[in-house]
Amino acid sequence: MNYNWNWGVFFQSTGIGSEIYLDWFVTGLGWTIAISLVGWLIALVLGSLLGVMRTVPNRLLATIATTYVEIFRNVPLLVQLFLWYFLVPDLLPEPLEMWFKQDLSPAASAYLSVVVCLGLFTAARVCEQVRTGIQALPKGQLNAGYALGFTLPQVYTTVLLPQAFRIIIPPLTSEFLNIFKNSSVASLIGLMELLAQTKQTAEFSANLFEAFTLATLIYFVLNMSLMMIMRWIEKRVAVPGLISVGGK
Amino acid sequence: MDFSAIIPALPGLWIGMITTLELLVLGVCGGVALGTALALMRLSHNKTLAKIAATYVSYFRSIPLLLVITWFYFAVPFILRWITGVDTPVGAFSSCLVAFVMFEAAYFCEIVRAGIQAIPRGQMGAAYALGMTYGQTMRLVILPQAFRKMTPLLLQQSIILFQDTSLVYTVGLMDLLNAARSRGDILGQPHEFLIFAGLVYFVISFTASRAVKHLQKRLAV
Repeated sequence: MNYNWNWGVFFQSTGIGSEIYLDWFVTGLGWTIAISLVGWLIALVLGSLLGVMRTVPNRLLATIATTYVEIFRNVPLLVQLFLWYFLVPDLLPEPLEMWFKQDLSPAASAYLSVVVCLGLFTAARVCEQVRTGIQALPKGQLNAGYALGFTLPQVYTTVLLPQAFRIIIPPLTSEFLNIFKNSSVASLIGLMELLAQTKQTAEFSANLFEAFTLATLIYFVLNMSLMMIMRWIEKRVAVPGLISVGGK
Repeated sequence: MDFSAIIPALPGLWIGMITTLELLVLGVCGGVALGTALALMRLSHNKTLAKIAATYVSYFRSIPLLLVITWFYFAVPFILRWITGVDTPVGAFSSCLVAFVMFEAAYFCEIVRAGIQAIPRGQMGAAYALGMTYGQTMRLVILPQAFRKMTPLLLQQSIILFQDTSLVYTVGLMDLLNAARSRGDILGQPHEFLIFAGLVYFVISFTASRAVKHLQKRLAV
């Protein structure tokens, strides 16, 4: 088990076409970003909707949202992914099932499953953050909105949500970073995202330490830069006068 | 859907469950121990130690757990060989456990740190005034109080770890999920077994998080 260190491995040919190993990493990173962004879009929209549902004065809506959160938070992500990828297609109506299994390329159907899975999984977490954000606002905000003759939807869209979102930027950032990290489960249903490409590089080139070090670095650097960008945005949009934003 | 095949398969699934629980218990114990050490480093006056711990935490918190598990699965045998000089076969279980302990320690560290910081400063001073050393102060005064305060958070993190143990699927370790998957495949009923595994995870996590919430209310001052 002698190990040959070779940091130049990323610029060597993979033996497949004219690709070098670095190309694999770039492709993988592309998939990772594509999963994270689209998954995040689903999570944000659905999560906000659920978060609002948990706070409106309507028992039924609140119960639906609470049940959703409990289910999606208490089943492991990987189990959820397998359910979306292996089980749900069989439950679809015939034409849709055929489309998913035959017309789509393997990568496309895996991508679809993982995006839906991560989107719905993260929505449960976003829901809780949105709810916390809304509940953190003084009760007077709602009443003031009513007093001005706003309807409930108007109070939400023009008074509560704009403030709530500004408060919950830090937890939402960490949820986005989570979706970005969680996207690595896609490798387990055969989608060649960053982690899968890393494993493949490790196996093809036998330079596993270099491959995993590069992958770690990519995740680390992206995470850190995203965090810094969000911190900057957070400061820019802070609601003046609230303790939670600090310093102002 | 026909769930009757699950009953005869229960003993096999139970073996998987034991692996899951072993990973959970050992992972939490190791993670809390290492996490506490890291938290003490982060809070120490020694700048270098604090810096090392902070880097460790932000490093592990910014990479996916799945990457750590895969990394360690490949790397631990090599590293052990470099250290000991002999080929030491390492099973998937040990490498996964090491991965969990190191990864979770970063999260536990933050919980413990917050717990220690929530203890009034005067407690430290009082203990020093009584002639206790740093070690005694931490062991006898600060940590027991801090741990009582952060029990709910530690348990919550443990529930997350319970769910995350399913990721050992990637290295082929037979935990609950993998046992259910393989049984289901053999018996030609993958869906039923997958749903069953999901249900088991759900019932345990749900009950546990309910209990934690209850505990949190009782501990709240």
